[in-house]
Amino acid sequence: MAALEVEGLARHYGEREALSDVSLSLGDGQTLVVFGPNGAGKTTLLRVLATLLRPHAGSVSVLGCKLPEQAWAIRGHVGLLGHEPLLYRELTARENLRFHARLYGVGEQRVGELLEAVAMDARANEPLRTLSRGMVQRVAVARAVLHDPELLLLDEPNSNLDPAAIELVAPLIGATSGRTRVICSHDPSGGLAEADLVLGLRAGRPALLRAATDVDRDDIAELYR
Amino acid sequence: MSGVQAPQRPLQAARAARAVGLWRTVGALLRKELLVELRTLESVPGMSLFAVTTFVVFHFALNRGSVEGDLAAGILWVTLLFAAILGVNRLFVADADQGGFDGFLLAPVDRSAMFVAKVLTLLAFLVVLELVAVPAFALLLLGAPLGPALPGLLATLALGDLGVAVIGTLVAAMAVRTRARDLLGPLLALPLFVPIVIGGARAISPLLVQAHPTAPAARWLLTLGLYDLVFGLIAYALFDFLLED
Repeated sequence: MAALEVEGLARHYGEREALSDVSLSLGDGQTLVVFGPNGAGKTTLLRVLATLLRPHAGSVSVLGCKLPEQAWAIRGHVGLLGHEPLLYRELTARENLRFHARLYGVGEQRVGELLEAVAMDARANEPLRTLSRGMVQRVAVARAVLHDPELLLLDEPNSNLDPAAIELVAPLIGATSGRTRVICSHDPSGGLAEADLVLGLRAGRPALLRAATDVDRDDIAELYR
Repeated sequence: MSGVQAPQRPLQAARAARAVGLWRTVGALLRKELLVELRTLESVPGMSLFAVTTFVVFHFALNRGSVEGDLAAGILWVTLLFAAILGVNRLFVADADQGGFDGFLLAPVDRSAMFVAKVLTLLAFLVVLELVAVPAFALLLLGAPLGPALPGLLATLALGDLGVAVIGTLVAAMAVRTRARDLLGPLLALPLFVPIVIGGARAISPLLVQAHPTAPAARWLLTLGLYDLVFGLIAYALFDFLLED
């Protein structure tokens, strides 16, 4: 059984088609990297896989559960790191993580461990609105992996992070984390280095679907022309 | 395409067992709501100030020493409801603007927990509002002290508050994801609040008669209770759908 099985997925917003005829299969522990220009449907794909959006056509199976019928069964096993940190600006990093820990039934100890892991323990008691974007992104990484998810959905996860911070969060969301990952990226060299499977989207339709070993930078550049 | 063999997955039942109980979730949400309000002071101070200011305006506009009976009951309830609207409008704003909805929807929790937590939050806001507004009302508009009327008034306010909290939560959840949320919230809420104004005002009107105050009319308390129950059930049934895509 694959971690992800998608067949003929379509999703639209009113009249506008955001995704159409997307099919793919991803094994456990593998990484799918999704490339495509702005508005190509990358974020919509992540939100469908995260159970936040319903597929309008086709079949989607995540961690062996069909969506949307069995969405309840995979919640708590998926971590989403999107453009928004999904954190409250008025609460501190610790309060935000504690709140999410309670929602996931995770112990307090894990909150402390993760704050340390993303080097935010020293600023953990300051409201998020007072922190830099990079710091907020580090807290968001901690939030996404708080419940030790099997599947990570990452939308440009390194945005706002400096090289040192990228190295810092790598054990949590990088290839060495051992999790199945779907990553949306605009960085051909970084993305290809992480990918087992590459999906290229253009205007919501798959324009490229190959093993990463069969894709080069020119193939990615072609998507953006 | 992928060629890695997938290991055996845990049973779906084991996955479901990771779900967090309703009341634990309600507790987590409620704690977060109160923390956010304590930090921002966006709702309760505004609601309280609005109510007190309105009583001051009535005090001068009516140009009389005191009010009683139907007039006093009407002024109190209408002012409280308009003040409540300010809280209703802000109830889901932090969740909508800061990704709180998505964070909650991703978690393995009963979605009704958000409804229960928001109702309790709004109830807490209303209680604080009334702790400020009712003494201000007595001071500025009532000639007589509230003492003997207090138990009946508290019972009526409690029933009215529950209805306002339930309807306000339902309406706020409907309005918050629209562009005209600040307008749509009051437009949807006010007609639904009308039975609460009628029931609440009729129930406390006999309490606020200065000559011979009597107990609140039981039938109006019963009406308020039934209205709360009906809307509680409707809101509980609908709320999950409002959160869904």
